[in-house]
Amino acid sequence: MTDTLKIHELHVAVEGKPILKGVNLEIRRGETHALMGPNGSGKSTLGFAIMGHPGYEVTGGTMELNGANVLEMEPNERARAGIFLAFQRPMAIPGVKMADFLRHATTNVRRPDRKEGEELIPMREFRKELKAKMEQLRMDTEFARRYVNDGFSGGEMKRAEILQMAMLRPKFAILDETDSGLDVDAVRLASQSIAEIGGAEMGILIITHHDKLLEHNTPDYTHVMLGGRIVETGGPGHERSGPELAAELHQQGYDRIRAAHPDAAADEEAMKQSDQVEHAF
Amino acid sequence: MATDTKSESFEVGLGEINKYDFRNDEKYIFKSRKGLDAEIVHQISDMKNEPEWMRDFRLKSLEIFNSKPMPNWGGKIGLDFQDIFYYIKPSDHQGRTWDDVPEDIKNTFDKLGIPEAEKKFLSGVKAQYESEVVYGSLREELSNQGVIFTDTDSAIREYPDLVKKYFATIIPPSDNKFAALNSAVWSGGSFIYVPKGVKVEFPLQAYFRINAENMGQFERTLIIVDEGAQIHYVEGCTAPMYTTESLHSAVVEIIVNKHARCRYTTIQNWANNIYNLVTKRAVAYEGAVMEWIDGNLGSRLTMKYPAVYMMEPGARGEILSIAFASAGQHQDAGAKLVHCAPNTSGRIISKSISKNGGRASYRGLVKVEPGAKKSKSNVVCDALILDPRSRSDTYPYLEIDEQDVTIGHEASVSRIGEEQLFYLTSRGLSEAEASTMIVSGFIEPLVKELPMEYAVEMNRLIELQMEGSVG
Repeated sequence: MTDTLKIHELHVAVEGKPILKGVNLEIRRGETHALMGPNGSGKSTLGFAIMGHPGYEVTGGTMELNGANVLEMEPNERARAGIFLAFQRPMAIPGVKMADFLRHATTNVRRPDRKEGEELIPMREFRKELKAKMEQLRMDTEFARRYVNDGFSGGEMKRAEILQMAMLRPKFAILDETDSGLDVDAVRLASQSIAEIGGAEMGILIITHHDKLLEHNTPDYTHVMLGGRIVETGGPGHERSGPELAAELHQQGYDRIRAAHPDAAADEEAMKQSDQVEHAF
Repeated sequence: MATDTKSESFEVGLGEINKYDFRNDEKYIFKSRKGLDAEIVHQISDMKNEPEWMRDFRLKSLEIFNSKPMPNWGGKIGLDFQDIFYYIKPSDHQGRTWDDVPEDIKNTFDKLGIPEAEKKFLSGVKAQYESEVVYGSLREELSNQGVIFTDTDSAIREYPDLVKKYFATIIPPSDNKFAALNSAVWSGGSFIYVPKGVKVEFPLQAYFRINAENMGQFERTLIIVDEGAQIHYVEGCTAPMYTTESLHSAVVEIIVNKHARCRYTTIQNWANNIYNLVTKRAVAYEGAVMEWIDGNLGSRLTMKYPAVYMMEPGARGEILSIAFASAGQHQDAGAKLVHCAPNTSGRIISKSISKNGGRASYRGLVKVEPGAKKSKSNVVCDALILDPRSRSDTYPYLEIDEQDVTIGHEASVSRIGEEQLFYLTSRGLSEAEASTMIVSGFIEPLVKELPMEYAVEMNRLIELQMEGSVG
């Protein structure tokens, strides 16, 4: 059976304000989905809610990974179950080396039952794998000795997120605007890397404003989020294909979508105040 | 990072935290009655059969102690000075080999890993149990080079001139109430002399163990590093946990002569019923370097501010301080740098962590005397607060009596943020692992200054302090 992440009628509130208002989404391992939508439509909120951020309160709906209730899991249990979120703004952890952090993370994800203080992946084995992955991603191995995201440039942060994804090999990866703040070359490199690592191995949800990141990651499905709902989808069984819808949105914006979905557009207006909340992260 | 080094770690003489909390039956040669008065001081002097000048010094110090009020700053000292045993002699002689040490005491230090560390990477060891040093060693090649490493009581008998020349010259009894107390009832501690040009490659370590309840331990350490010589001295401290208070009040005096170097590392992990009120001070002469690395993890209340007085041009003082205050603990720790001569330089780096209602305070002084031109000092103190119940304070004092100086001060206070925790837990780390990692990262800039063995130990102690801190 193909691994499946199934989100049904998901409602999420932040500080009491409803942001997501019934999101339906099903991703199977091996598929690439693009999630597009104007600022403040709730895209990042969906990412955080899937990962289990404590500030994002699920007020309704279900989320299942192969039938298991994801909503009951702590963030670290979700990671160990195979869910990964590449952060739009990764946190700096001064004094903690990338390699040490990644060795803990990798061990825990590969041995989900590991308790604190139990053995880690042997150093030699880990280093070898990390080095190989860094070479594959064309990263300087010096990176492993730097402190997690501390003083990283925007591009370095995003590449570090992709490196983590490569090491953790999740079943499902959500990439939250991994292209934001990068120049064209950097986006292309990120796009290639995601394709190399993710490819057929993972179910990928790419949150983006642009279609550049999709260059090497042709979306099987493209979803449009507006006012906290997915209002339109491109892909098999739909009017437009995934890439067609992505290209349209990139070129023409969201006016057609708003016109076609006046209720969601009205919600979008009402949510403008909530914008700040989402963008505080 | 902590667990990273775990696989290659070995016992370093500080043992596991749960291993610290054990106690032996009291089989002592002598135990004074509780309380403090001239009779007790005479008794200590008699037991030690020491010269009259020392007896007089003690008695005068007792008067000073009695005349001085308790400090009205720092932490709350809820001690009854009459409810403490001031002198306990555990053994009738000092062992030259571990087999020569009474068995239960030997077993204590075995559990703490001292003999093992001694074999692996130390130049010499002193082990103090209650009031007396019960074991001492020094590598033969060092004694052949004229290095002296003995307990301070023996030093008074064996090197009277050297001791008399320096004893209480750096910290006189009148310095503060607890220096006066130590001067009155001191016992044990290390005496070190490193002759000109001798560089001691591996650390000398002293280990202080309190076993008895309501005990007062008052060791007195004097270190003289002669011109161009070099030494690293390390001390560790533990005790079993009792419900009543004990007191540890040491005096440490250090003289670093021209172009010499001294590094003094403390990893203090006293039980949480112990008041740790210690005076530590060094003088550094021309081109000399004095470094204090001061790790405070244990005790109920620590008040300790290692000081460097830079006496001649080119002297340098460096103080790295780590304090961890958990439930029921107050770490009032810090540093003092005093520039008495031109072209002297100093640095203070302080990192404090408070959790579970603990309180960590940084208290520091940078003083520049008139004429100490072109002096430079920099102070950086960072505090990390792990939960809303915990507290951190900063008390920086600057006394600058010279215009032509460069003095910097930076302070930061941070809290472990929900966002940092979420980031790490979203990568599969448990919340406890994530907090420990953030704390280890926070002190990393200091821990990396430690020799590998002690860095491993420090990280392990931090991990143990962090255990059960979440949820």
